[in-house]
Parts: sequence; C-alpha cells; structure tokens
Amino acid sequence: MNISDSAQPPGPSARPHAATLEFREATKRYPGQTAPAVNELSLTVPAGDICVLVGPSGCGKTTAMRMVNRMIDITAGDILLDGHSVRERRPAELRREIGYAIQQIGLFPHLSVADNIGTVPRLLGWDRERIRARVDELLELVSLDPVETRSRYPAQLSGGQRQRVGVARALAVDPPLMLMDEPFGAIDPINRERLQNEFLRLQREIRKTVVFVTHDIDEAIKMGDRIAVLQQGGKLAQYAPPAELLMYPADPFVEDFVGADRALKRLALQRVRDVDLWKAPLVRAGEPIAEARAKLADSEVPYPLLVDDHGRPQGWLSDRALVGERVAKELRSRATPILELDDVLRDALSDLLADEAQYGPVVDERGAVTGVLSIEILSHALKTDPDEVPSGADAI
Amino acid sequence: MSPLLAQVQIHERTEDTCVSDNGFCPDWIGDNFDRYVDPFFQHVVLTVVAVAIGFLIAFSLAVVAYRRRWLVNPITQITGVLYTIPSIAAFFLLLPITGRGFVTATVALVAYVLLIIFRNVLTGLDNVPDETKDAGRGMGLTDRQLLWRVEVPLALPEIMAGLRIAVTTTVGLATLAFFAGAGGLGEQIFADINFKSNVVTAGGLAVALAALLDGAILLVQRLITPWTRAAAAR
Repeated sequence: MNISDSAQPPGPSARPHAATLEFREATKRYPGQTAPAVNELSLTVPAGDICVLVGPSGCGKTTAMRMVNRMIDITAGDILLDGHSVRERRPAELRREIGYAIQQIGLFPHLSVADNIGTVPRLLGWDRERIRARVDELLELVSLDPVETRSRYPAQLSGGQRQRVGVARALAVDPPLMLMDEPFGAIDPINRERLQNEFLRLQREIRKTVVFVTHDIDEAIKMGDRIAVLQQGGKLAQYAPPAELLMYPADPFVEDFVGADRALKRLALQRVRDVDLWKAPLVRAGEPIAEARAKLADSEVPYPLLVDDHGRPQGWLSDRALVGERVAKELRSRATPILELDDVLRDALSDLLADEAQYGPVVDERGAVTGVLSIEILSHALKTDPDEVPSGADAI
Repeated sequence: MSPLLAQVQIHERTEDTCVSDNGFCPDWIGDNFDRYVDPFFQHVVLTVVAVAIGFLIAFSLAVVAYRRRWLVNPITQITGVLYTIPSIAAFFLLLPITGRGFVTATVALVAYVLLIIFRNVLTGLDNVPDETKDAGRGMGLTDRQLLWRVEVPLALPEIMAGLRIAVTTTVGLATLAFFAGAGGLGEQIFADINFKSNVVTAGGLAVALAALLDGAILLVQRLITPWTRAAAAR
C-alpha cells in the first residue's frame, strides 16, 4: 500500500491500491538491429496517475509498455514497480498483478463474459462465490447490466460492450497498475469519446496507476495526467503534464507532434469554472439608476446585463435604459451566447466567435448568471503558467 | 495369397431363384442378418481403437510441434509417407513383424490417420487469434494454461473436423482389414462378392457405421463448442 493514496476515496473493492512505476534507463535492443527499439527510457509515474506514452508509429511506445509486464524482456536498465524490479519476478505471476487491456481486446471467444472477467481470479484460486460477486460488481462499474451480460459470449456483444468487458477483465483482481495499449483505438469516434469519459470517471473512483499507449495526441492530452512523447528509436523527447507539453514543447519534434494548434488544444484542458470570470453588472428592470451605474463602474463589462427575478440573463441593456430614475427594459442585444460552467474553454471560445461576441454571460446549474467570460479572459488563460492549469483528467 | 482371395459361396444353391441368381433378396437378408453382427462389431472396434490411438499420437505430435515449429516439416513428411502407403501393402509389410490379426490391422490404420489428425490439430491451434493469445499471456496464463484453457478449446472445431474425416476414412479402410486377418465387414463382402444381397448388406452396414460415427462426433462437437453457434446467431 502506498502512503500517498491513503487520502484518496476507496475504490470499488476493499483494497484500494496503486503502484509507483519507474523506468530506469530501460532499453530494448532486438538482435540484428543496430538501433534500439527503446533507448534508455527513464521516467516515473506517481501512484494513481495516468501516464500516456504517445508518439508516431515505430517510436517504441508499445514496446516500452510491454516491457513493464515482461511481455517483452528488458535488454538493459530496469523497471521498478513500487521499488521492486520486475526482472526479479516470474513473468506469469507479475502479469496477474498488472491489468492488461489491448486494442484488439482479445476476449476469449469460447468463454462467457463472466468467465472472461473471472480468468485471473480463477488463476489466483478465488472461490466461486467471490468471483461471481466480483464479476457483477465490475460489470456495473463499466456500465453494463450484469443480468443481461454475464452469460453472453463475446460474439454476442457490440464493439463498445466488448471494450468495456475488456476493461472490466483487466480490473478483475484490482491490480495496482494497468497497462492499456490503444484500448479505444478500434471504436468509432462517438463511442470512443464516451468510453474515454467513462474511463476518466472510473479512474476518479479507482485511482489506478495507468500506462496508456496511443498515437493520438488529442487522446493523450485528454487522458493523461502526464504525457511521455517518444520519437523514433524509442527516445523520450519530453515527459510533462499536458498543459506544460502544449505550452513549452521541449524541441521542434514535440512542437511538430503536438500540432500547430497547440494553443487551442490548451483551451480544451480548462473549463469555464477554472478561470477567473468578470463580475457581471446584473440589473433588474425597475431598479434605481444610481445602483445600476455603481454596478457598472465596478465591472469590466461596459454594458449592464438585464436579468429576471431568478437571475437568468435577458439581454444587454442599451444606454437609453439608464436614463431617468429607474432602469427601463431597453435592450441593446440578446445575451448570447450563454455559457455554462462545465464548458471547456475551447467550446466557449467557439461559441463566442460564432455569435461575434466579445463576451458572454456564464450561468450555473440553475441558469442564474454567475459571471461573464470574455475573449480577454481566454487570451489571458492561454498565457497562464501551466502549473496552475489542471490536467485533462482532473478537468473532466 | 490365393486362399485369402478365394471366393467362398456363402449361400447354398436353393430353389429360390433370387438367391441362385445372386440377386437382391430381402427375405434372404432377413434370414441371414445375424451372420453380419459379429463382423460389424469387429469393424466398430477396429475403427474406434485405430482412430483413438491415432488421435492420441497425432494430437501429442501437433501440440509438441506447435511450440517447436522446426518439427512441423519432419512430422508432416513422415506422417505423409505413412498416409500414402496403400493399406493393403502396409498389411503385408507388417505381417512378418506383428503377424496376422487385430494388431497388424490397427497399426496400419493408425499410421493412415496420423497425417489427417496432425494437420487439423495444428491448423486449429494456428488459427487461434494472436490477440487472444496475447491477452491470455498478458493476463498471466502460463504456456500450459494458455494451451489447455484457450488454444485447445478454440481449436476444437478444426480438431473435431479432423476426427470426422479420420473416422469416415477409417471405416472404409477397415473393410480391407481382413487381409491382415482382423475380420470386419470387408471379410463378409469379399466372402461372396457376386451375391448382391451379401454385398449390399455388408456394404450398407459399413456406410451406416461411417454415418453413425460421423454424426456422433458432430453431436459431441456441438455440445463442447456452444460459443460457435452464439457467434453465428448474431
């Protein structure tokens, strides 16, 4: 048990546990090849973090992942799991403690969903009742109906369902470390998005240490607490949290790999609730002009925002509304776009641009205005120090 | 050799024109059916014993060669030679070693089915999807566990298909086993090859036996591979 996760909420099983993983100059050289497949890779994944290995094909990311559970043997260097070398372990025993999910899933076609998920528990000698209970628990965890699903064969499931069973199978004995090789790579974009979000939600509960391999930088940014960018020849180009990677790419290779729109990508890491909003000059019809003018003077927004009795935005008031003693209902324009606290900044920016607006009211869950988001705030967010920016996994 | 091949009149010349004309006579068959019972069961035992032994040998060879690929070619060549030796030749080649009787016939039949079963078992194991093996290994199955819990079960459709071919061909070949002195339905056929009633009865029993054993294996296959129908039903 690692001290650092004692503060985390307990996972679905009685034994929440995540391992620290350390690559120590880990190298893989294939006989007859001059260039190594993985070259002196050194990085540490803190317990409970998702580390994404990303890079173009042939960069050794899958090889690096498979060295962890010794599906590929390490040529030189070492990999430590909670401080213990994986080289000292018997491969089969080591692998039973490490969850393993691959793109092709590899469910056993001749076994029911329940027997697939129960494979490792059976190897470890769990009794029948405990396995049955665990299978149902896991199926619910991955949003499948146990009664409907457990006795089906993999061929009777949809692609997304199979992927969920694959994840459930990898989680069967609550392993402290999960290896996932493009687990959502073969799924259509819509279901892929759903599975990614589901997994991030799941990860918030179970807090596993995860090594996640992908070739897709957007997926890496979304899923990773930390991202390791590998380049040809298995060389680590940069290892950093997503925001830092986008803000300060270490070299031209990383800069090119994350893409020319890396600034925009950074906006996908933050939600509207994460930034300091402008105070909205909220006025109600019939309010004294003096009060309205005072609110306006106190805000960066140049126009008062008319709200109804529930605080819902009605529109921006024109200058004529502030003539006389009481605020009149003279609108300059509608209050579009209306933004929500859970919108990612990238979507909020897109909404603002679509409405040709400089700023838009932000509403809470009940629809009441809590502040104003402006293009200015967004451009400021792009300059923010990455340490203050939450990672993709936390932002979801 | 000539005594072996000598045609014996198994029916007496009677008044019955059908029988004396060597025709197809249901009445005669009904009266004489019991003379086919013992040869039928000899045939069953020959076939089942030969295929069972052949399966054990060929299956073991295939499992060994599956992990040690360099063995595949030598085993295919040796079992291939055994497969192409005509059975009658094999019977006579074995006579000086094992003598006349059941053992000689069985050895020759076993030699014949090895290639069929070996190739099907190996194909079945080779057809197990790579990702299934990778997932199994990645989850911590040892080679042995992977073989018995994943690879062999998934190879069952091909393995059973090989068994069906082996059984039906062996039923046919066993009709020659009487050359080795092992009896069987072939002895009855050749006892009076001109008498239609005899040939149809003995031959018909052989065909029925082949169909019966084939059906039995098919039934077993359906029982032990329920997932294949689940896939098709979707």
